[in-house]
Amino acid sequence: MPADALKCKECSASYPLEARYVCDRCFGPLEVSYSAPEQDAAELKRRIQAGPHTLWRYADFLPLEGTPRTALPTGWTPLMRADRLAERLGLQEVWVKNETANPTHSFKDRVVSVALARALELGFDTFACASTGNLANAVAAHAAAAGLASYVFIPADLEEAKILATGAYGGNVIGVRGNYDDVNRLCMEVSADHPWAFVNVNVRPYYAEGSKTLAFEIAEQLSWEIPDRIVAPIASGSLFTKLARGFEEWVDAGLLEAKVPVMNGAQAEGCSPVAQAFAAGTDVCRPVKPNTIAKSLAIGNPADGPYAVELARATGGSVDSVTDDEIRAGIKLLAETTGIFTETAGGVTTAVLAKLAARGDIDPAERVVVCITGDGLKTIDCARGTFEVHEIDPSVEAFETEMGPQLQAAV
Amino acid sequence: MAVTIKLPTQLRTAANGQAEATASGDTVRAVLDGLSQEHPELRERLLDDGGELRRFVNVYLRGEDIRFLSGLDTQVDDGDELTILPAVAGG
Repeated sequence: MPADALKCKECSASYPLEARYVCDRCFGPLEVSYSAPEQDAAELKRRIQAGPHTLWRYADFLPLEGTPRTALPTGWTPLMRADRLAERLGLQEVWVKNETANPTHSFKDRVVSVALARALELGFDTFACASTGNLANAVAAHAAAAGLASYVFIPADLEEAKILATGAYGGNVIGVRGNYDDVNRLCMEVSADHPWAFVNVNVRPYYAEGSKTLAFEIAEQLSWEIPDRIVAPIASGSLFTKLARGFEEWVDAGLLEAKVPVMNGAQAEGCSPVAQAFAAGTDVCRPVKPNTIAKSLAIGNPADGPYAVELARATGGSVDSVTDDEIRAGIKLLAETTGIFTETAGGVTTAVLAKLAARGDIDPAERVVVCITGDGLKTIDCARGTFEVHEIDPSVEAFETEMGPQLQAAV
Repeated sequence: MAVTIKLPTQLRTAANGQAEATASGDTVRAVLDGLSQEHPELRERLLDDGGELRRFVNVYLRGEDIRFLSGLDTQVDDGDELTILPAVAGG
């Protein structure tokens, strides 16, 4: 499916496949468009199945001219059936797409892989981004693996684990005194003055395509079927909308039977411009000043928000928000029932799943896929105070004294 | 009220290649009107048919998004700076 142009999502103006992200005419976001696949469905499927166990097995559906060049294998993460989670929620079939299994422990490795591969094709030698943390980790790591310089811009008050796990790769870390929207705005201005590939600014159309591979993998791992429902987090709205786009492209290519999954978006109440727009029955996402523990979702001015609202509405889904306490409970619920320790964004997603189930929005017979986008070690502070450590002297007696009542109760 | 308007690269061709322009008015709307009189091509790039900001155009007054203020009706003072930028966000 060769990429043939960048097209404006608002007015359909067409541009060449270069480092360009916004329509000159109406400021609408640009998106990669493709011509029809050169192969039939059977041949496309063979090519995918013969591909590597990384996101590059889907290279036929990505906007690259040649064989992708990236050094840090990404994708092909586990899709785990979560029966104990389903049981707790009164559902029958829940699957967890575990994106913590990526090289820097979040789905951002996907978008960065595609952005980097395309940036190299376009001749860039320096990689940069505005980030709420996960993207910072991914950009610094993939740049290091490729031997490129990197400049990572983050809000200065980000979780320490995310800052340390970015600086570890040796690039330039710039902590901006402001929130993500301030960082993003600064990067837009900096990108006009420096010839760098800003993954979520000037090469954003290519970057965004990487999220489609999450949908491709889910469908392939479910034996080439689209699930009934997807629950995924919304920050800028890019991942959420590209998941649906991935399924659509495979239906168009004849790889999947036509079906539209119900799309449920998840936001934190302290930064929920998209959920508020959905609830108000509008697609205008009024910007907010974020105040939530889910910092990776703390985008107060989400560029793809209007499209996310439209998608949720068109598929019979919703965009819901949950409180910080519900987020902590979501992290715990997922960990206790699946063995996956997720960061706050995954707590948001799990909490919204629980909310939908409690509200009766989900038919128990549905096959539901929950996208867990990042690792709990990155927001480790949220685990503090949620359990008790039994501290004892190193003697059997001390152990029995401390744990005796509990051991007897368990008999 | 004379206000300085910082233009993003995407708009500079419609403003004789300038990165900055000046216009007068009491409100953001009046300033943008003034700017459009000087550079008529800018009007349809910034505003929709109803005269409201297009949904992917962000305008900042002294660094603050005008949607946190009073939108296009936000009052401006002499010497203020408006920045126009396209909406774009990653994560």
